[in-house]
Amino acid sequence: MSWETVIGLEVHTELATKSKIFCACTTAFGGSPNTHVCPVCSGMPGTLPRLNRQVVEFAIRTGLALDCDITRYGKFDRKNYVYPDLPKAYQVSQLYAPICQNGHLDIDAGGVPKTIAIREIHMEEDAGKLIHDPLTGSTLVDYNRCGVPLLEIVSQPDFRSAAEVLAYLEKLRETLLFLEVSDCKMQEGSLRADVNLSVRRTGETALGTRTEMKNLNSFRAIGRAIAYEAARQIDVLEEGGVITQETRRWDDDKGVSYSMRSKENAQDYRYFPEPDLLPLRVDDDWVERERAALPELAHQKRARYIADYGLSEKDAATLTGHKRVSDLFEALADKTAAPREAANLVTGELMRLLNRTGTLPEDLSADSGTLARLITLVLDGKINRNAYKEAVEAVFTEDADPDEYISAHGLLMLSDDGAVAEAVAAVVADNPKSVADYRAGKQQALGFLMGQAMRRLGGKGNPAAVSQALKERLN
Amino acid sequence: MELYDLSALALAAAIRDRQVGVAEAAGAFLDRIEKTDPAISAFITVDRADAMARAAAAQAAIDAGEATSPLAGVPVGVKDNISVRGLPTSCASKILEGYVPVFDATVTDRLTQAGLVVVGKLNMDEFAMGGSTETGVHGPTRNPWDTARVPGGSSGGSAAAVAAREIPLALGSDTGGSIRQPCAFCGATGLKPTYGAVSRYGLVAYASSLDQIGPIARSVDDCAALLAAISGPDARDSTCVVDAPFAFDQTPDEGLDGMTVGLPRNYFEGGIDGDVKKAVLAAAKQLEALGARVEEFVMPMMEYTVPAYYIIACAEASSNLSRFDGVKYGYRSPKAATLSELYLDTRSEGFGLEVKRRMMLGNFVLSSGYYDAYYKKALQARALIKDAYNALFKKYDLILSPVAPTTAYHLGENLDDPLKMYMGDIYTVPVNLAGLPAVAMPCGFDGQGLPVGFQLVGDTFAEPLLIRAGRAYQRVTAHHLKQPGREAE
Amino acid sequence: MQIDGALIAYLEDLSRLSLSDAEKTRLAGDLTAIVGYMAKLDELDTAGVPERSHPFDHTNAFRADVVGDSFDRALILRNAPDAGDEAFRVPKTVE
Repeated sequence: MSWETVIGLEVHTELATKSKIFCACTTAFGGSPNTHVCPVCSGMPGTLPRLNRQVVEFAIRTGLALDCDITRYGKFDRKNYVYPDLPKAYQVSQLYAPICQNGHLDIDAGGVPKTIAIREIHMEEDAGKLIHDPLTGSTLVDYNRCGVPLLEIVSQPDFRSAAEVLAYLEKLRETLLFLEVSDCKMQEGSLRADVNLSVRRTGETALGTRTEMKNLNSFRAIGRAIAYEAARQIDVLEEGGVITQETRRWDDDKGVSYSMRSKENAQDYRYFPEPDLLPLRVDDDWVERERAALPELAHQKRARYIADYGLSEKDAATLTGHKRVSDLFEALADKTAAPREAANLVTGELMRLLNRTGTLPEDLSADSGTLARLITLVLDGKINRNAYKEAVEAVFTEDADPDEYISAHGLLMLSDDGAVAEAVAAVVADNPKSVADYRAGKQQALGFLMGQAMRRLGGKGNPAAVSQALKERLN
Repeated sequence: MELYDLSALALAAAIRDRQVGVAEAAGAFLDRIEKTDPAISAFITVDRADAMARAAAAQAAIDAGEATSPLAGVPVGVKDNISVRGLPTSCASKILEGYVPVFDATVTDRLTQAGLVVVGKLNMDEFAMGGSTETGVHGPTRNPWDTARVPGGSSGGSAAAVAAREIPLALGSDTGGSIRQPCAFCGATGLKPTYGAVSRYGLVAYASSLDQIGPIARSVDDCAALLAAISGPDARDSTCVVDAPFAFDQTPDEGLDGMTVGLPRNYFEGGIDGDVKKAVLAAAKQLEALGARVEEFVMPMMEYTVPAYYIIACAEASSNLSRFDGVKYGYRSPKAATLSELYLDTRSEGFGLEVKRRMMLGNFVLSSGYYDAYYKKALQARALIKDAYNALFKKYDLILSPVAPTTAYHLGENLDDPLKMYMGDIYTVPVNLAGLPAVAMPCGFDGQGLPVGFQLVGDTFAEPLLIRAGRAYQRVTAHHLKQPGREAE
Repeated sequence: MQIDGALIAYLEDLSRLSLSDAEKTRLAGDLTAIVGYMAKLDELDTAGVPERSHPFDHTNAFRADVVGDSFDRALILRNAPDAGDEAFRVPKTVE
């Protein structure tokens, strides 16, 4: 008897606004505890929220990119629950009229295309952070993250495998990054996923009882947690048991999930319209303004790179693996007017350097002006390929100035100055036999003479210039 | 004549003319509070040093020509649910024990900008939940007309202090009648502004979609001047939707010619006290004499307003009061060892019975399975009530009605019957549900010498019309000038 | 409807209250009476009537995405019943 796994995802992403959703405190990550806090985001009595317009704009753009309907008359609602990381004891969220509904995202899981339906996207505020204090055995509460804006992107239960889930998350992450609405740094919690999973016997149409898994902080953890939970549910059912609808917490170190206390499972959130905020009216003009502001997305860039620059699909995919990478590529292509050479640099040498130094694409900070200068130098024959590679690495790892580095390391090739003529003259004088062989028609003698001339130039001769000077001298 | 007998505007004029110093005025009222308040208990906090420092700052601002409002230099009392930086804000609850705000409410900022001098914080029902100012942790406030009786509530401290001439001006808040009803019980004048006319930033929320801060004084004129000082848009309150502050002008009385006043006939049937009915109907006659046309009508939806109000107010309150948990401010139970005990013990020990009752009710109407039958239904009833008012204001400029069915009752008299207490709000709560402005003022006395009040209700942002009518009424009547006779001078 | 002991216990839980027996009995009676009175709204025909959560029809109150000063941490923590140098302190939260 075979089983089918059915999965739905709730993805939370922190928006890249400068200030929080309801007050002017910074959203900057880090910061000493409780230093990015004011009376509003710490829930002092009598304080009131004021909505950051940029949050709405980012939400609309995300909805448009995911082909959602934009809700024209929206509201915020209070989700009531008590926990120390939530200073107002309610989270301002959207239940009854979320900003975006009925969208979809096309994915490609191992060569199989599939469309995942997106039920809704809503705006809400993040909670604070609890820190265990081992000294006193108590818990410390830091409100710096309270009020950082979040989008929650809720899919339909359309996934049937971990591979589909991961393909969706990659594509969603790419979309959010290219929209520049989130930095999607999983390690800083700015992209988080909750997994709703159930299993059923193949051929059945009714959904099984689902569990919800939280605390999934990496793609790897998501893949492992899905495999674990699907296997666990199948085991339970095959042994005649029943699945309890519950929230489970994934422990990535131990590779297991466990049920959270039952009390947290039967929450009655008592959602009701947030009276401190006004309803949200989004008219056609506003939607069209956001549509016009949509940047080119990764899949659009890939198509353009292939069509306009003649790049391979593989290179186009590498170049759009991260917004930072495609930004750098486009700047290089623009500055050098040599897109193929720029693509080769980014997909080859730079990717190698990122891997070697363990640098994440989002931390890529190479200066396009500097790298463009090196491309120009190699294309103009001022440096050879080996020198180019060496200089690129120096620029990447030491932030070296390209011209200074090349001159300090004597990498500039000699082409039109007296040194080439002098070397050619000396080689011709020192090798009368080879000169005679060449003049007698032995072409391979020219190769030998070239080698001698290059050696005299210490490898810095421009091969084209040396060859031309040698031929002129011999003929 | 003592300084405390002057109207706020007259006192400000004396300060402007340098006949009286700001410190002298503040000192006179602080002395007065010291003398009369032990019998009334209107104030929760009076900090003489803090008040005198504020007085000195106000005098400096007046001297520098920076504080030019018509009330500059006048002392003011603030209800204890409004944040004043540096003064305890308790909402008359144990749960806020020791809490001292680190920020000013917007209205507090505006008082300071206008050169007014905050001298203390005024008693109230715990978290503004009640109509008698008996339930607070600091004990009851007493009615200056008869100290065996309640001053009304929840802004009972504000109304009693003004009536007892302990302070010329006070701020109250009105969620379901909490400015108007104590003004009626104490013989003071109070204005509940249109929802969205005065910023709520810094007002500790009871029911966010109903709460509104407003002025209490001894006359419509003084209320109008204080309203001008505190009203106006505020970027910190999204619901403060008014375009500009109300202007204060003392143009001569235009009379009420051409004004149509609606009188809801069904408000005078059933449970209303005979003396109250007589005094309120006499006020209607008085408006007629001033030139208004008074027309009777039947107020629609009357029996549904109190249920709708209590469902909505308690629902919002249950959420608003969840933040009082012993983590960030106020009281924390010393018994609590675990996180769960921290919440349960702190809240169970920190809140009084009426607050617990309303939080339980609010959680009931919002809870899974009951939301549609109660909360959703109440929001729909609210829409119908708003529609009914919209239709009425096509016909009438103002609506005249009683404020409360009775005059001030004895302490403890209604505490055991919450439902009876809630039904006493029948004339005031529909005004809050529809977000309308209303002014309440005295219109006579009952057989026991207790003040009776009436209210005028206007359409959205019709405060200028309310003020015009109220001013005209007070120009030809003397009820608002009467003082509680029993006070020992 | 009758607000019974089980419902009182549920509402206590939602309200984060732990009532005395006397309070439970008292509130069960009060709430039964009040909720019975609220049921008056059942008489109203509200088919198609919108839910009004604000007294007015205004929409869209925004602020620009501009960072302002946060408060000094000392002020944020000043009123805390228990705090370390940098943070509020509560009894251990259980996972």
